Amino acid sequence: MSEPVTLGAMSPGQRARIVEIAAEAGGSDLHLRLYEMGFDEGVEVEILHRGPIGGDPIAVQVGGMVVAMRRRDAALVTVSPVVAPLAGGAREAAE
Amino acid sequence: MSAASLTATVAVVGNPNAGKTSLFNALTGARQKVGNYPGVTVERKAARLTLTDGRTVDLVDLPGAYSLNPRSPDEEVTRRVLLGAQAGEGRPAAMVCVVDATNLRNHLRFVLELKQLGLPMVVALNMIDLAERDGIRIDASRLQELLGVPVVTTVAVRRRGLDALLAELPGLIDTAAATAEPAVKADVRALNAQARAIAGQVLVSEGQGRKVTRAVDAAVLHPVAGPVILAAILFFMFQAVFAWAEAPMTWIEDGFAALAEWMASVLPDGLLLSLINDGIINGVGSVIVFLPQILILFFFIILLEQSGYMTRAAFMMDRLMAKVGLNGRAFIPLLSSFACAIPGIMATRTIDNPRDRLTTMMIAPLMTCSARLPVYTVIIAAFIPDRAVGGVFGLQGLVMFGLYVTGVLSALLVAWVLRRSVTKGASQTFLIEMPKYQLPVVRDVVLGLWQRALAFLKRAGTIIFATTVVLWVLASFPAPPENADKPAIEYSLVGRIGGALETVLKPIGFNRDIAIALVPGMAAREVAVSALGMMYSLEGDEDQVAMSLVDRLRSAWPLPTALAFLAWFVFAPQCFATLAVVRRETNSWKWMGFMMAYLFGLAYIAAGATYWISRAILGV
Repeated sequence: MSEPVTLGAMSPGQRARIVEIAAEAGGSDLHLRLYEMGFDEGVEVEILHRGPIGGDPIAVQVGGMVVAMRRRDAALVTVSPVVAPLAGGAREAAE
Repeated sequence: MSAASLTATVAVVGNPNAGKTSLFNALTGARQKVGNYPGVTVERKAARLTLTDGRTVDLVDLPGAYSLNPRSPDEEVTRRVLLGAQAGEGRPAAMVCVVDATNLRNHLRFVLELKQLGLPMVVALNMIDLAERDGIRIDASRLQELLGVPVVTTVAVRRRGLDALLAELPGLIDTAAATAEPAVKADVRALNAQARAIAGQVLVSEGQGRKVTRAVDAAVLHPVAGPVILAAILFFMFQAVFAWAEAPMTWIEDGFAALAEWMASVLPDGLLLSLINDGIINGVGSVIVFLPQILILFFFIILLEQSGYMTRAAFMMDRLMAKVGLNGRAFIPLLSSFACAIPGIMATRTIDNPRDRLTTMMIAPLMTCSARLPVYTVIIAAFIPDRAVGGVFGLQGLVMFGLYVTGVLSALLVAWVLRRSVTKGASQTFLIEMPKYQLPVVRDVVLGLWQRALAFLKRAGTIIFATTVVLWVLASFPAPPENADKPAIEYSLVGRIGGALETVLKPIGFNRDIAIALVPGMAAREVAVSALGMMYSLEGDEDQVAMSLVDRLRSAWPLPTALAFLAWFVFAPQCFATLAVVRRETNSWKWMGFMMAYLFGLAYIAAGATYWISRAILGV
């Protein structure tokens, strides 16, 4: 197992397993919407793309869906990076 | 609902991007009735169908939703209709739940949530062909067994599975709703777990999904190539909007001219003829002439939306929009506003957050719409020397470009200020599904174009008609005296209003002629040009008037006045139709008044600053 990081800190090509989804401070239901879109603990995600300005937002593959989200919101999601067995592109973030 | 003779309502529900609208279009075609739910600006699409057993049903296309826990006015309507709490809609007798077969894992959760409502339902496992192409194999009968509701595989765009789907409806309608109220709501995560368990059992093979989409996205969303591609698409679009619309616009102008001529040949000279020709045909015609441009722009926007590219554009623009307190979704309405602010303001409906939506509406008129072009063209031709700058760029073109840029920058600045003052508050974050790329379907493009054109004509047409009649009355009465030596408009109410305005407008360099021309210019900005033509008693068709107007203006106006006039038109809300649409969409006189006040205020300041600064520089 690698050290948990937030989804917002990941780069394109990286894959990770969701550890926890936190509720946003201020009481918005954002975490609920993330669950409704298919994010959930134990589900594997992959960062596919990042925005051209400042690398924000990011595009995340979850199940059969690609979701665009801002890094700030992605920080609600704690993940454990998966060392991708694929050749090239993918590299581990921690350890 | 209980009596079998009554037409039952069947709701079509599903996740966004499940192909719900395509399925609805394939089932109903041109029979659709498009309206609004009372009190909200959410579109209601419905159509009556006759089933094989002779019964009729009203099929209602509910807005796409991820859950019954609404995060937007659209999703709120979906929830309320399904609970029987929406005004203007009875509780549906049954549901058709559309699921994207290539995205079963994520979509099943909503199916399970809908099932808890207790309404009879059928699941349309849509886009099954794309799933098969990607190597995704689904055991539909096993899915039917596990869900406990009928499952039909469909390919909406190829009309596959539609009969089988409709064949399920009579049975569903006869099933009494199990419970009027939803069963105990299971927790979202429990439903997720259940959905994944079911998906695990029915997915025979997972396949390699989205291969094509991932390959296209690698280029289209590339940090460097992506924005270049976006800019190229926008450039092509605008180029096409102006180039392709040229011919049809001439036809429309000629058509209205022929109509006016025919009117003049059958009606006696007099007030009625003047009302019809100078008022209605001239006024309505001057706005309808932009319809080709608007349709072409709509066409491109529909293509971009249906292909899936629009969310990629929003993705790339989000960071820029975030800087002024908006989000990527505002990009689409603002893009439409370059043709005309009215469809742009109507398109803000896709923005969930009311404050974001309001802000976007308020800045939409700052995008340079087509009606400003005739004004810019005449003034630039008259006052900006036609010479090259730096060897390549024409000065006239640069000034035109500068006016566009000024509009965009002002819009961003105004948005930034508004989000920190009148529309202050938490803004909506950017969280959007990026659908797989799909070839646009002719049926869906044609229907979409038709529905948007109709909405524009209905919304704008009535307002424009009323405005032109009122302005004609103001411009025609009282009639000039027998021995009049000035143009008739000078003696009319418009002339008097303009005369009064002159006092206010003098400090920013506007003369009496401009003040008077601005009054009829409230119908549409370009009408100010023909009003100036009237002021200078110019005769002939529009091009001749424009040509001789250029000469006339050159001798009549000092340069600072002309520049101030250009600056005025970047900001001034010289368009009653836009203001009326804002009132309708916000359901508030206050916001319409606010828009009018702030835009006139900015126009006054900008024109004044331009006038005095250019006077100082030119030393006149």
